[in-house]
Amino acid sequence: MKSLESWNWRGWVLPVFLLAVWQLATAQHWVNTKLIVPPIGVLTTGLKQVTQTDFYVGIVLSLGRDIGGFVAGALAGVALGVVVGVSSLADRVLSPTFHAARQISLFAWLPLLSALAGTGELSRVIFIAFSVLYPVALGTIEGVRSVSTGHREVARVYGFTHWQLLRRLILPSAAPQILGSLRLALIIAWMATIGAEFLLVNDTTGLGEIVFKGRRAFDVELILFGLLIIGLIGGSAGQLASRLETHWLRWRAPIR
Amino acid sequence: MNASVDDAAIFARQGLQIAQPVARHVAQPRLSTRFGWLAQYAANAGLGLLLPGLLLALWSVTCQRHWVAEQILPPPAAVVDALYEVVQSDELLTHVRITLFRLASGLLIGGSVGLVLGFGMALSERVKAYVLPSFQWLAQLPVLGWIPLLIIFVGIEEPLKVSVVSIAACVPMSLGSMNAIRNIPRNLVEVGRVFQFSVWQLIRRVVLPAAAPGLFTALRQSVTQAWLAVIFVELLSSSEGLGFLMAYSRSLAQIDLVIVAMLVIGVLGLLIEGALQLLEQGLLGWRRSVF
Repeated sequence: MKSLESWNWRGWVLPVFLLAVWQLATAQHWVNTKLIVPPIGVLTTGLKQVTQTDFYVGIVLSLGRDIGGFVAGALAGVALGVVVGVSSLADRVLSPTFHAARQISLFAWLPLLSALAGTGELSRVIFIAFSVLYPVALGTIEGVRSVSTGHREVARVYGFTHWQLLRRLILPSAAPQILGSLRLALIIAWMATIGAEFLLVNDTTGLGEIVFKGRRAFDVELILFGLLIIGLIGGSAGQLASRLETHWLRWRAPIR
Repeated sequence: MNASVDDAAIFARQGLQIAQPVARHVAQPRLSTRFGWLAQYAANAGLGLLLPGLLLALWSVTCQRHWVAEQILPPPAAVVDALYEVVQSDELLTHVRITLFRLASGLLIGGSVGLVLGFGMALSERVKAYVLPSFQWLAQLPVLGWIPLLIIFVGIEEPLKVSVVSIAACVPMSLGSMNAIRNIPRNLVEVGRVFQFSVWQLIRRVVLPAAAPGLFTALRQSVTQAWLAVIFVELLSSSEGLGFLMAYSRSLAQIDLVIVAMLVIGVLGLLIEGALQLLEQGLLGWRRSVF
C-alpha cells in the first residue's frame, strides 16, 4: 500500500487543472454555457438520474447484454481456438474463412445482423458475442500453440484421455494467453454493447440509450453524465479483470 | 516399448493404462507426384475454400427454397448484380474515396499526435507522470462514447468524422509507441551515449530502429481502431461513404447492397493490411529474428 507521501499527485494535476478552468469558464460566461455546461450541472443532473429507477434498469439491461454476450462469445471462442490449435486439419479448413471475415470491420456486420435478426435483444447479444469471438479465439490459438512438447509427452506417458488432455494440459498451459485475451475481449464487449445501443435504436432502455436521449434533447449534462458512467463501468470492469487474471495466474513464477 | 504380461497385470490392478506407442505426429502426408509441392498447395487451398463453398451453397439453397424472405436475404446472384451496377455507376468509387479520405486524414492527424505524445511520455519521466494517468483514464471510454458530445460541438459534417477517427487513432498510437520506446534495451542507449550521439542522432540511429517493430504494432492497432471508428460514425450519421451506403441500403431493405458494401470493406481492409506488411518488410527487412 502506498503511503500518503508517495501518492502520485502529479497524475491529478492535469485533470484538476482542466476541471478548474472548465468551472471558471462557465461561471464567468466566457463560453456558451448551453454548449459547455458547468461541471456542477453535470453533477446535479447525475444526482437527479441516480434517483430514477429508469437509470438503474438501463444499467442492468446494458450490463446484462454485455455479460451474456461476453460469456457466449468467450465459450465459443475458446472452443474454436482449441479445435483450430489442436487439429491441423481444422486449422486448414477454418482459418482462411476466419481470417477473411476478420477483415470486415466489426460494426459493418451490424446492418446485416439487424436485417436477419431484428433490432431487439437477440441481435444485440449476438453482436456482442461475435465481437468477443475473434480476440478470444486468436488468444486461445496462440496459447494452444505454446503448449510445451515436454508436457505433451508426459501426458502421453500417462495415457491421458482427450478430456483429461484438455482439462489438465491444454487449458492450464494456455491459461495466460486465454486470460489475457479475455481481458481484451471484455473491453471490446463493452464497446460493442454501447455501439449496438447507439445503432440499433429501439424502445428498450440501456445506458447507450440514455446518452442518446440526452443528445436528442440537447441535454449536454445528461450526455456527459452518461459518458462518465460508461467510462466508470468500463474502467472498473478492466480493473476487475486485471485482478482476476493476476489471482488465477498466481501459480506462474515471475518472469524476473 | 514391449510390456510383458506381468506389467500389464500390475498396471491393470492399479487402474492405470500402459502407454501404447502412439503414432507420433506425422508430417502431413505428401502427395508423391513430381509436382508434390504444387499438389500440396492445391490441397490446402481446396480445404480452405471448403467452408466458404459450403456456406455459399447453403445460402443459395436457402434463397431458392424461400426459407427466408427475399427482402431479408437476397440470393447471391442479386448481390453480384448489385455489385456490377454500383461499380458501373461510379457510385461505389465515390463512397470508397470518401471513406478512405476520412480514414487517411484521421490516421494522419491522430497518428502524429499520438506519436508525439508517446515519444514525449517515453522519453521524459515528468511528462509521463503528468499525462499518462489522464490518458489511461480517457482510454477507458470507448471512442464511440465521444460521438454524441462531438456532434453537439462540431456538428455532423466532415469535421465530426475526421475528429472521431483522429481520436480513435490517437490512443493506441500513443500508448503503443510509448511501450515500444520503453522496451528498447538499455545497452543500445548506452552505446549511443558512449559514442556521444546528439539527441537527434540518438533518435535517428538508436531509438527509431530499435522501437520500429513496436511502432508498427501500434500503427496496426490504430489502423484497426480507425477503421472501426470510420465505419461506426458513417453508419450513425453520414450522407456519404461506405457506412452510409450500408445504412441507407439497409433502411431501403436492399440487403444485396449491404452485402456488397461489407465485401468492399473487407477487401479494403485486406489491401490496407497488405500495404502495411509491405511497408514493414521494406523498413524492417534487416531484422533477423528467430521465428
